[in-house]
Amino acid sequence: MAQRSQQSSLAKAYLLLYNIGQTIGWSCILFLSLQHYLITKSWVGLYRHSYIQLLLEVFQTLAYLEVLHCVLGLVKSNWFLTAVQIFSRVFLTWGVVWSIPEVQDGWFVACFLLPWTLTEIIRYSFYALNLLNSVPYFLIWCRYTFFIVLYPIGVSGELFTQFSALPYIKKTAIYTYPLPNRMNMSFDYYTVVIILMLSYIPLFPMLYFHMIGQRKKVLRGLSEKKED
Amino acid sequence: MEIEVLHAKSGKSLGKVTGLSPGSTILDVKNEFRKLKKHLYPDRQSFRLEQKSKMLKDEATLKALNITSGGKLYFKDLGPQVGWTTVFLTEYAGPLVIYLLFYIRPAIIYGASAASKPRAEAVNIAAACWTFHYAKRLLETVFVHRFSHATMPILNICKNSSYYWGFAAFVAYFINHPLYTPPSYGAIQLYGGLAAFIFNELGNFSIHIAFRNLRPAGSKERKIPKPTVNPFTWLFTWVSCPNYTYEVGAWISFSVMTQCLPALLFTAAGFYQMTVWAMGKHRNYKREFKDYPRGRKPIIPFLL
Ligand SMILES: NC(=O)c1ccc[n+]([C@@H]2O[C@H](COP(=O)([O-])OP(=O)(O)OC[C@H]3O[C@@H](n4cnc5c(N)ncnc54)[C@H](OP(=O)(O)O)[C@@H]3O)[C@@H](O)[C@H]2O)c1
Repeated sequence: MAQRSQQSSLAKAYLLLYNIGQTIGWSCILFLSLQHYLITKSWVGLYRHSYIQLLLEVFQTLAYLEVLHCVLGLVKSNWFLTAVQIFSRVFLTWGVVWSIPEVQDGWFVACFLLPWTLTEIIRYSFYALNLLNSVPYFLIWCRYTFFIVLYPIGVSGELFTQFSALPYIKKTAIYTYPLPNRMNMSFDYYTVVIILMLSYIPLFPMLYFHMIGQRKKVLRGLSEKKED
Repeated sequence: MEIEVLHAKSGKSLGKVTGLSPGSTILDVKNEFRKLKKHLYPDRQSFRLEQKSKMLKDEATLKALNITSGGKLYFKDLGPQVGWTTVFLTEYAGPLVIYLLFYIRPAIIYGASAASKPRAEAVNIAAACWTFHYAKRLLETVFVHRFSHATMPILNICKNSSYYWGFAAFVAYFINHPLYTPPSYGAIQLYGGLAAFIFNELGNFSIHIAFRNLRPAGSKERKIPKPTVNPFTWLFTWVSCPNYTYEVGAWISFSVMTQCLPALLFTAAGFYQMTVWAMGKHRNYKREFKDYPRGRKPIIPFLL
């Protein structure tokens, strides 16, 4: 994603700072999660453990800066696709888990949180080292391999979380704006969540196979370089 | 004479077109090229002088383009084409049918007793305005517009239709909903909006007639549009595309009259789209005509 163009050294410094910051943020989440597991011998209840919730909210929301990076041309990738990907996570973070306390203690929270954490640590440290032109082979390999299992697990966790939130959304009518009203438009959060869940059906395979394609390209490129 | 045709994207040679003379036009080249590639009918073809330069007009002659025997032309496939009339008829008939389907309040959408509930006056007037607008556009497509392109890419039909059909359903669902709330300021808002709507529709129609009169039947001529005796066309003094200005005005009026947020969103989307087009047309006018009136803006007088 973060292909480097001709960046000014200021932009480079900023991006380095950003990626290091994100790596540290997600590493803290990983550390606290492991601590939670060691103490309770369970992955349930992660969300309420110490600062995990806060860190998740801060660093996941900060990721919106990546859309800005694309728009400003700091990073060469499609801003729209980046925005869609980040939106789905920010939506889950704030729109579901934060908004509906009933789901916070579910096992499925760990099911998306841990894969997110691992992927992000690898991804951001990859970007940071890439800016310094010193990515070790094993990190590249991790970046283009871990997703094969982490991505489906994470997506299942996200879907389970949204699915278990549905009854509460219906019951509390949260964020729902019914007719009749003076604007003559209604907003039904329940329907929106269902539509977002359905959107995984076309999007997940698309992204997954895109990544598989990337993996082939990058790893093949690397092995060819080695042989030279 | 003989001309080499190269692929605009890759620069690879696609073959040599023969049987041309300096007086031959690009259209002749297209017809000759078709003999090499049977599936590429002339409307699908586009030629340019450089890989990335502007598409050449059908009427341009090789002599005028300084192309001599052994010269080169770059070719681009525009993809499968459909006639403009077909495109517009599908685009505009859709919203008409969809809107009226919601107007009768089918039980599967609004529940069993919805159809028999009384409709607010605004709902009836809105249905009349909507129907009038799209019927007008259909009739204009067939009887008024003189398009310069016979066809457009088939993909556009899908893109445009989903835009028009989707928005029609979105707007119609809420205006025809049994729980619709009539405009807050009552008759003033309703009839004021209606009057403004009719005014803008008349304006839009007048501009379309003016465009028609600028272009002799069967030609593709493009002239500088000027205000005529019809006062509605005086807007040409300030903008290049007053038909879009009036179109936006009509939808603003419709939104005010119905006090419906989806209608306003439709207006905003249309405004954005028409502004982009108007800016393009404005730029083309200025490029094509050295004496193009200064002080005109693309779509909004003095502003945009
Ligand atoms: N609600 C919405 O979202 C929306 C969006 C777009 C349009 N519309 C409506 O649809 C109508 C038609 O749209 P359009 O984009 O086709 O309009 P347009 O490009 O302005 O053209 C209308 C007709 O006039 C011709 N024409 C334009 N300028 C001319 C000139 N200088 N000399 C000679 N002929 C000229 C055009 O020929 P060419 O074939 O050569 O262009 C075309 O046949 C609009 O006026 C508007 O009412 C609505």
